Amino acid sequence: MVTTALTDLWFGFGVALEPHNLMWCFIGVLVGNMVGVLPGMGPLATISILLPLTFGIPPVGAILMLSGVFYGAQYGGAICSILLNLPCHPPHAVTCLDGFPLTKQGRGGAALGITVISSFVGASWGITEMIFLAPVLVTVALKFGPAEICSLMLLGLLAGSTLARGSPLKGVAMTVCGLLIGIVGSDIETGTPRFTFGIPNLFDGVEIVALALGLFGIAEFMKSVNQLSEVDTKYTKVTFKDLRPTKDELRRSWGAMFRGTIIGSLCALIPGTGPTIASFISYAAEKKISKTPELFGTGMIEGVACPEASTHSSVQGDFIPTMSLGIPGDAVMALILGALMIQGIVPGPQLISEHPDIFWGLVASFWIGNIMLVVLNVPMIGIWVKLLAIPYKYLYPSALFFVCIGVYSTGNDMFQVGETIVIGLIGYMLLLLDFHPAPILLGFVLGPRFEENFRRAMLISRGDSLVFIDIRNHPISAFFIFLAVMLIVVQLYVRLRKPKALIPELEMNAKPNAIAPVEP
Amino acid sequence: MFQTLFHKRDFYAGGLMTLLGAGVAFDSGTYDVGSLTHMGPGMFPLMLGVVLTFIGVLIFGTALVTPLGEDEHILPRQKEWRGWFCIIAGPVLFIIFGHYFGMAPATFMCVFVSALGDRTSTLLGSVLLGFAITIPGCALFSLVLHLPFPIFRWGF
Repeated sequence: MVTTALTDLWFGFGVALEPHNLMWCFIGVLVGNMVGVLPGMGPLATISILLPLTFGIPPVGAILMLSGVFYGAQYGGAICSILLNLPCHPPHAVTCLDGFPLTKQGRGGAALGITVISSFVGASWGITEMIFLAPVLVTVALKFGPAEICSLMLLGLLAGSTLARGSPLKGVAMTVCGLLIGIVGSDIETGTPRFTFGIPNLFDGVEIVALALGLFGIAEFMKSVNQLSEVDTKYTKVTFKDLRPTKDELRRSWGAMFRGTIIGSLCALIPGTGPTIASFISYAAEKKISKTPELFGTGMIEGVACPEASTHSSVQGDFIPTMSLGIPGDAVMALILGALMIQGIVPGPQLISEHPDIFWGLVASFWIGNIMLVVLNVPMIGIWVKLLAIPYKYLYPSALFFVCIGVYSTGNDMFQVGETIVIGLIGYMLLLLDFHPAPILLGFVLGPRFEENFRRAMLISRGDSLVFIDIRNHPISAFFIFLAVMLIVVQLYVRLRKPKALIPELEMNAKPNAIAPVEP
Repeated sequence: MFQTLFHKRDFYAGGLMTLLGAGVAFDSGTYDVGSLTHMGPGMFPLMLGVVLTFIGVLIFGTALVTPLGEDEHILPRQKEWRGWFCIIAGPVLFIIFGHYFGMAPATFMCVFVSALGDRTSTLLGSVLLGFAITIPGCALFSLVLHLPFPIFRWGF
């Protein structure tokens, strides 16, 4: 078992080290790191802009690049949080709490240095977890029939929509909307056009790039325009030399780093609890076990090391359910899955055996990419810090151009640009009504497969809808449904009985939305 | 009580979802629903529509039982009409200018107009930003990536 995994990994390194794949991986992490640093740009919008550009390149390169953007952005986001106190990248919001006080004490460089080390430790653990866990999951998942797949998707969708930020009820509503948007287009079995309003351009369904760029591009720009104040760059003079932490800081960070890593890797396995939740939980845990909890928030290096390690281990771990089961845990993973589907690759447990180059190449590229990021971040810190000063008023018009041309290039069709505008307007309306649009993408990507498997399961069971909870014939499916019910019951219980337990969650919900700088 | 209800976000959020769900549920009746064994194209949307209506009613219900938030507004306190208008106008002009005049004018108009949405931006600054994006942008997409979208055209 272990040896097969290691031989496969060796093969993966062969794929990832091919010069063109290496190049795509490098471009991905470079762009990712850059947008991570820029306040007001996120990995979601960037991946959607780059997505149409990957149509022309082979699937392996495309996936390596798009994934690189995601984990590269995590490195950049930390710089933004620590030096500017801008929690514009949700997973790093908690890093502000101790990172910025450190910056004010003149130890910002050391905090960044610790961040790079903990990120690498966290990511390495997440990758190792993927190497050994994904094949095990696959051997189980290959036995799944339509009923099991359906129940698993239901569980994934419920977890993805209720555990993410915001009200769980609204999360579920957004997921259902996503499933409905996924329905638009011709029916897979009969070819009947559904919800196309008679527009021929919609017969192929809503374009995923248009949906993502409408929701995370145009709607986000409308939300942030004139809201981001000029950033205060007075603490941002950091050079290569400043990155070196002292021996004492290093000694204090190791423990925190490993605890953060473990928490992150556990969170990654539950769909819906991505890096943001992992970093908040690990910060709270670190504060609880610390001998001096009252000092947290005043510049404790542990408060930087722990959430950063858990973010990165969770980011890498997020790929496990996506690549082995075909169930994305959050919107970014949904986009990556969408990119695979555009390339004609069917996601699911058969992916590892049918396309070993993609899976193992991706795993190997994670390591290569993370090493590249350490190299990019340590000596070039001065350049990244300069990027922090780019004002939003230059950023969003440029990004809008990339949005327009990116959507246009999906089908060389202006209709798609119009579609994006309409989706953007609806997306902004949803934001105003306190909906978080991320689950829409989750539902949209899973929708068609969910419907297909649902229909098939019902056909096989001859219309008996109890097939999903039939313990004798479909124990796995029944187990997933049981978990889904438990998920709802536990959340209801917590909400009704112990509203106090939600307070950290409320803080968490408040923080990532605070796009304007917090009191410095 | 009804006075405050109209100021609540969840009132509109729930209402919107209920309407959407009900609309979908009714509309899916126009497709073949089929039976549970042989589902037609209308069955899945019908089920989703019913679920969404139910959730919408629940959200609506939370609006009834929770007190009005202290700072609850549907529109943000600062209404950025100029910003919102310019951000939408940019891509709209991209479509129009792209259709009739080609990539370069479309890019310029998109960047220029959307840049005007920021309250601190000036006319000159926006023009310069427009040129600064248009020239490398068109070079990248037209010459490097070979996007089939002419830099200039006369499409009347």
